[in-house]
This record gives sequence, C-alpha cells and structure tokens, in this order.
Amino acid sequence: MIPSSTRIRIPMFRLSVIASTMVVGLGISAGTASAQSIAIEGATLRTPDGDTENITIIVSKGKVSAMGAGLAVPAGATRIDGKGKVVTAGLVATNSKLGLVEINAVDDTNEGQFGAEHPVHAAFQVIDGYNPNSIVIDVARNGGITSTISIPDGGLIAGQSAWMSMGEGSVESNTVKAGAAMQIQLGRRSGRVADGSRGLAVQKLRSLFADARDYAKNKAAYNKGQTRKYGASHLDLEALQLVLDGKLPVVVAVDRKSDIATALRLAKEFKLRMILQGATEAWMLADELAAAKVAVIVNPKQNLPESFDEVNVVDDAATRLYKAGVDIIIAPTEDASSVRTLRQLAGLAVGHGLPWTAALAAITTVPAKVFGVDRGNLRVGAAADLVLWTGDPLELSSRASLVMVGGVVQSMVNHQTRLLERYRKRGGARP
Amino acid sequence: MGMRCAAQICYKAPMQIVAVSTLVVLLAACGGANSVKSGSDKKPGEWNDSSIFYPKARHQERALHSLDEALTNKEAKTIAITNATIMTAAGTSIDKGTILLEGGSIVALGTELTIPEGARVIDGSNRFVTPGIIDTHSHIGVYSSPSTEAGSDGNEAVAPTTAQAQAAYGYWAQDPQITRARAGGITTALILPGSANLIGGRGYTTIMRPGGLASDNIFPGAPMTLKMACGENPKRVYGEKGGPQTRMGLYAAFRAAYQQAAEYNVALAKYDRDYAAWRDKKAKHDKDGSGEAESAPDRPTRDLALETLAAVLRGEVLVQVHCYRADDIRQIVEVSDEFGFHIRSFHHAIEAYKVRDMLVEHGISISTWTEWWGFKMEAMDGIPENAALMTDAGGRAIVHSDSALDIQHLNQEAAKGMYAGRAAGIAISEDQALRWITANPAWALGIDSVTGTLEKGKRADVVLWSGHPFSVYSQADVVIQGGVVGYERERGRVPTDFELGNSAIDSAN
Repeated sequence: MIPSSTRIRIPMFRLSVIASTMVVGLGISAGTASAQSIAIEGATLRTPDGDTENITIIVSKGKVSAMGAGLAVPAGATRIDGKGKVVTAGLVATNSKLGLVEINAVDDTNEGQFGAEHPVHAAFQVIDGYNPNSIVIDVARNGGITSTISIPDGGLIAGQSAWMSMGEGSVESNTVKAGAAMQIQLGRRSGRVADGSRGLAVQKLRSLFADARDYAKNKAAYNKGQTRKYGASHLDLEALQLVLDGKLPVVVAVDRKSDIATALRLAKEFKLRMILQGATEAWMLADELAAAKVAVIVNPKQNLPESFDEVNVVDDAATRLYKAGVDIIIAPTEDASSVRTLRQLAGLAVGHGLPWTAALAAITTVPAKVFGVDRGNLRVGAAADLVLWTGDPLELSSRASLVMVGGVVQSMVNHQTRLLERYRKRGGARP
Repeated sequence: MGMRCAAQICYKAPMQIVAVSTLVVLLAACGGANSVKSGSDKKPGEWNDSSIFYPKARHQERALHSLDEALTNKEAKTIAITNATIMTAAGTSIDKGTILLEGGSIVALGTELTIPEGARVIDGSNRFVTPGIIDTHSHIGVYSSPSTEAGSDGNEAVAPTTAQAQAAYGYWAQDPQITRARAGGITTALILPGSANLIGGRGYTTIMRPGGLASDNIFPGAPMTLKMACGENPKRVYGEKGGPQTRMGLYAAFRAAYQQAAEYNVALAKYDRDYAAWRDKKAKHDKDGSGEAESAPDRPTRDLALETLAAVLRGEVLVQVHCYRADDIRQIVEVSDEFGFHIRSFHHAIEAYKVRDMLVEHGISISTWTEWWGFKMEAMDGIPENAALMTDAGGRAIVHSDSALDIQHLNQEAAKGMYAGRAAGIAISEDQALRWITANPAWALGIDSVTGTLEKGKRADVVLWSGHPFSVYSQADVVIQGGVVGYERERGRVPTDFELGNSAIDSAN
C-alpha cells in the first residue's frame, strides 16, 4: 500500500486540474490558490495559552479569517475534517540553514558559511543566496515547520539572517523579513578571526561599531576619502547603523558564562537588542538575562561539555532559563537536514521539566515575538501557517497530516517520499 | 598482569630463538601461559609454542573467555522491579510484571513471583522495563568530550589500512559522554575506530561505565570485531595523501589487503605443516637416531595487521562495514564473497532499503539511523522507513547512533523509525522496534546469547523507564548492568573525573 502522500510531485501550475489526487485524502488539493476559503473543522487547537476543542478555523486570502467553536462554514468553502486531530500554528525553525545548505559536504551547495579571513559581512543578506526550491525545505516542512530563520555563520559578523516562509514559491513570495537579525559570534567561536583571542575579537567589534558611528556622522567626508580608514566597507557600515539604532537585533552565538557577561556589557555599551544562541552556560546568568530582556536560543539535546566554553553544560538549561523568566527559543544546531527534528527537541525539553506550553511557545510564539514577526501565532488576522497533527505535536507517535503555509495546503511529496514509493515494493525497482 | 608483562617482552624480540627459553620462564612466572588461547580454529597443541609468539593483549584475552562470564557478577545485589510493564524484546510483554535479578542475571520474570528476603524492591508502577539498550556504533571514549586534538584517538589516519589498530587502546574511560550515554539507558556499546580508513582496526565491545581501562570494561567473551569503511570518507581523507582517491582505488586496496591476509594464512598453514613434519621427524630421530637432525622450520614473522585480517578470513571476526550507498553495499558484499568472509553489519547503510533482499539473503544486518540524511552525497537518499523496510523483508535492522548525543535517546530514534514505518503501512510491532536497539545489536556484536532480551538466564542488563520508552517525554530512571545499578535518575549522574571541580555542573545535574 502506498500512502497517498507519496504520490508523484506535480508542478504547481497543473494542480488545479488534478488536484483531487493530491494530499492525504483530505479532499483538498495541494497548492490550491487562496481565492476559495478553506474550513478546518473539529480539531483541537493547541496554543501556548491553552487548548480549544472542536474548533473551526476559516482560512481565506491566505489568512485566518475566523476561528471558534461551531462557526458556520461559508458556502463554497473547502472543508477539511480535523476530528481527532490537533491543530497548531506552523512551527518556526530558528537558527537554521534551510535554503542555504543543500548537502553539507558538497561545497557548492553551502551558502553563507564564512571563514576567518574576511570576518565582517554585516551587509550580507541571506535572501540573496536563498534557494526556496531546496529539497531539504520540503522534508523539514513535513515535520510541521512553516518558517525558517535562516542564518549565515562564520567570521565575526556573519551577516543578516532572514525570516522565510516555507511555502512553495519564490524568494520574494516567501520573504517575511529580509533582515531578521545580525549574526555575531563571540568566545571560542570568534577566536579564529582575531589571533586566537576572544578579547581581541571583542575589541574588533567595538572598533567596528565606533567606525560605523563615525561613518554615519561623516558620510560626505567618507565619499571624498577624507575620513580615517574604517575596518569595513561602506555597505557593512551602513548595515551596522540598523544594529546601533536598535532596528535590527543581534544574535550572538556564544557559550561561556564569562563571554556571555562580556556580550551583556557590549549590549549595554552600544544599546544593542541582543539575543543569545547556543549559550550553554547562559543558565548561570539567568537572572541577569531576564532583567536585560535577552532571549536565548537553545538546543535541549546538547548536554555535552563539547568544548571548554561549555564545561558547565546541564540537561535542563531551557527549564532553568524559563523559570527565571527568560524568553527561550528551541532550535536545532545541526545540519539543515536535521531541522525536521525540531518538535522532538521541544519534547526533550519537556522531559527535562519545561512546561509543555512553554515548549510549544519556544517553537512558535516566542521566535515571533523576539524577531518581531507576525507568525507563529494562530489567531484571526494572522497568516494561515498551520499544521494538522495526528496527535500531540511534540510526541514521536504523531505526525503532520496537513501543512498549510500562507493559506496554501502544501504538497507532502518530497525526495524521500518519492524514494519510498519507488522502493516500497520488494523486488521492484533496480537500484 | 601476567599477560601484559609477557606481551611487552614478546613484542620486543619475537623471533630471537635465544629469547625463547627466557620467555617461557617469564610466562610461567606471570601465570599467563595457561590462559592464552590461540583464537584460531587450530587444535590445541598444533600451535606449540605459538602462544609465546602470538600472545593476546589483556582485553583480547578477556574477549576469549566464555560469554557465560557475562552472566555472573559478584558485585550484583538481588533486585526486584515490581508491577511494571515488562517489554522483553523476545516477543512478549508482561503487564504489571515483576523481574527478579540475582547474581548478575535474570532469575525470574512474571506476574506472581516470590521476592527473596533482602532483595531491593523497586516499585515499577506505571513504569516500563526493557533490556539495556545496545549501540553498535559509538566513538565515545575515542572521540571524547571536550572535543580536543588531545582527545582525538579514533582515526589512525596515517595509512588507509590500519588493521593493527585497536579501539580499546584509544579508549578514555573518563569521557563525560560515557555517563550520559548510560543515563540514556545504554548498557553496552561497540566502540569503533572512525571511518577515515578503509580498514580502521578492531572495535571494542564495552560495558558502558566510567573508570578503569578498556580491558576492565570489555564485555566478557564478546567476539572480535573489525571496522571497515567504504565511500566518501576514506576518499576525502586519502585523496590528497597519496590515495586511494577514488572508489576504484578503494576497492583495489580492499582486495589487496585481503589477498595479503589470504597469503598470510597460507604461510601460517604451511608453517604448521612443516612444523608437524619436522616434529615427527625429530621425535623419530630422538627415539631411534634415524635420519639427520634438522633445525626447526622458520616461523612466519608476526604481522599484527595481517593477523587481524587473516582472522577475518578464518571467520573469527564480526565485520562491521561503514557504507552508505546501495552500490557500495553490494560491491563490498561481492568483495567479501570473493575472499570468502562474512559481513555482520553494514553501518549507516542509508540505502540498505534498496538492496534489502540481497542483505537478507546474505544474513547481513544493518545499523542505521532514522532521520539522518542529506549531510553528504552518499547520505542523500536516506529515508526514515529504512529500518522498517529491512524488518519487513525479514532482515535484521538495528538503530545505531554514531553520536554522543543521539546515543542518549536511542529509544526515541527507534520509536521514530517504528512510527514512520507504520505511517507507510509497514506493520512494525513495539517488540520489533525494541529489538532494533536491544536483541539485534546484541546479535551484531555476537553477544545475543547472553544479553539483548529479558529472559530467564540472561544477563541482568535492564532499564526502568519513567514512561513508555517510545515517548519523547520518558526518561531512564534506573539503568542496571550485569545486576549492578549503574545509574539512578533520582541520584543524578556521577561526575566523571573531568567534571569534578566545575562547581556548577558538579552539583547541577
């Protein structure tokens, strides 16, 4: 038996003709244009604020137009039976390489991974190298993920991440926020850019920020070549204005407690809106981080003292930070190919004491709040990014049975389902 | 003690006849001579003094002991886990059952057991019991945490074939990864050399516990294993180090290595024949003075690398091959057929589902992941249904980790594979999925007669879980190894030496 979700992938433009053959037997076609409204009926809505049973969600023009128990379904709407299922907002993969890395070990398919030689890429924008047709995106989406905050990395200032929607379509149609945050690395991770010194890396950063301020005041002189030499190009210095004006948050990848303290000093000195990533020892400064309203991106699976920056690693860092009042985001730290395990990571955190609702928030509403994006929140007026699950979305026994991005039901056919289809029958295809 | 002192000396001067008498004396003094077995299928006596020239390192010597040693443990206390759901991985599950452990093995399991006086009773209400989890693929101890060059002891990447290398010698038993793996329910694992080399060396089957030497922690009686690797990794490592640079080069090197091993075996056999003939002649000469007194035939020079590969050809080694692509898997099987050896498990085996019938026919297991894919070219076609499809075809699937993080949640990796299979219409039972991380890896390591299932008479390798082991929320509450409680969640992990004095973690976990 071949599940319907493994049927042949059909180009979008043909979907209207053969739509009924697609998507999980729900009577709705993948990629159906949003002119027609869709009603999801009878599912249990789960949000960080609580559950609502037997909810009806009406989607039209890409947005949630109405939501509630026992709503009337507009005439002509496509009806999706959600009975016995759970519906949540689409999940957000923060700190991801989706759309940037296809095959990690194939150099040509790696985008935005910078080395130490040219450590400053403040003007770099992920969207210029983002590939929305990546097969890795398709696989991650089947894990219920509808948004990615795709990041560049390496060097000192790697560049600007982007909040991308994961619907089928173009870079333009999927760009939610082209500049989501400026990616910076400190501590051990910055060592290679500054003679192996983390202190020197901080000094470089200070010098760059000073250059950016000086540049802003002396643009005319700069254009005539009458300023001192700056440590970065004019485009990079322009991009840093956004950071210094507080318009663009910085995500600082850092692990050691003392380096986190340094990052906090920097943030205070330059009035940066800071988010920490990795942040293995952040739990030791939980109260300070809560007071400074610094959110932390964590991977609950990472419990090894993998470096001397991480000797004070604990199993339940997410819980400790959450209890101290820190906004936590749960995100993977491995390859793009493993992004689909996001909900399992949230489940692992629950296993170590994080309230279930906080775990769901950490992969939906918190990233939305922290990066200032109107996603991850299933409410009237919001973009219809949602997932219908066969059960508890964090539990291994559940799977996404329908994924909707911007009101469009996504095909669940991908490289892997096609392979399964080809090799499902024994003695069938010849490899 | 004895064997080590003997081994050190033997390595120094193996071929000097003058040394022989000294060595014999030393061996006798160390008390090692009697415990040395040749490890071959030669009849006792045929090797004669070869035990002097072919001694075993202590962990190898322990590996030659009977597996039965794994079934008794003087340190083991009597433990009863009561009122739990017992998932045996042997085809059954017992509701509200009791399992009784005594002297290091399972003495009873069922619903109406008499618990001996003095036993430690653990109330397992609403909890689950499974066999200890076994990982066929780990580099814990040879690539330790923190990840430093100083602690990088898993790839002897100086030559494409290093069959003489042994993971046991690279193992650091204070690796903080060890206690974390055990807290995830791991009782036993195969520690392998990395995949830089075509033939990386011998694996090491360890009881997952901190402290001591590899030779202290080796699973008693576990057979010898060998790590081989095909495909991208050796190509990448040796492409710019003089080769092999291509798959052509890789296969040429595999075949050359086994050809040499075959010739080594021939030389050993010839020596045995010549020696026997000489001995008979000499006996006759000594008795009746017939013939001329001849000197003994020259003994072949011992080669530690060829010795390992020759043992592979004699069927004494469980061969573990890192291989991703279906064509590589088939071609390696063709090479093994050509030289007449058997492969026990293909590791990673991302595309095994494409050639599962062939693997089933050859009786080869696969050690694979559930959700890893796409991180390199040869991993591009990984699908979560791999283990389920292999099982469905009647084959032996194993879910392995190759990761010091995922090894802590191997139960969850198996669960994901089971649910992925079911979603694809492949009926995988919980027992079958549990076998992916217990009975089947035990088979791949050759220790399935004593561990890997919960059955009367088996080794007391047992995990008590806080909830269903296939739930993302469940934790290992108690991990028992050979009847000894290695980990209790209530008490937390015992810090390894490395962790001591880092006051935050020393007290935080």
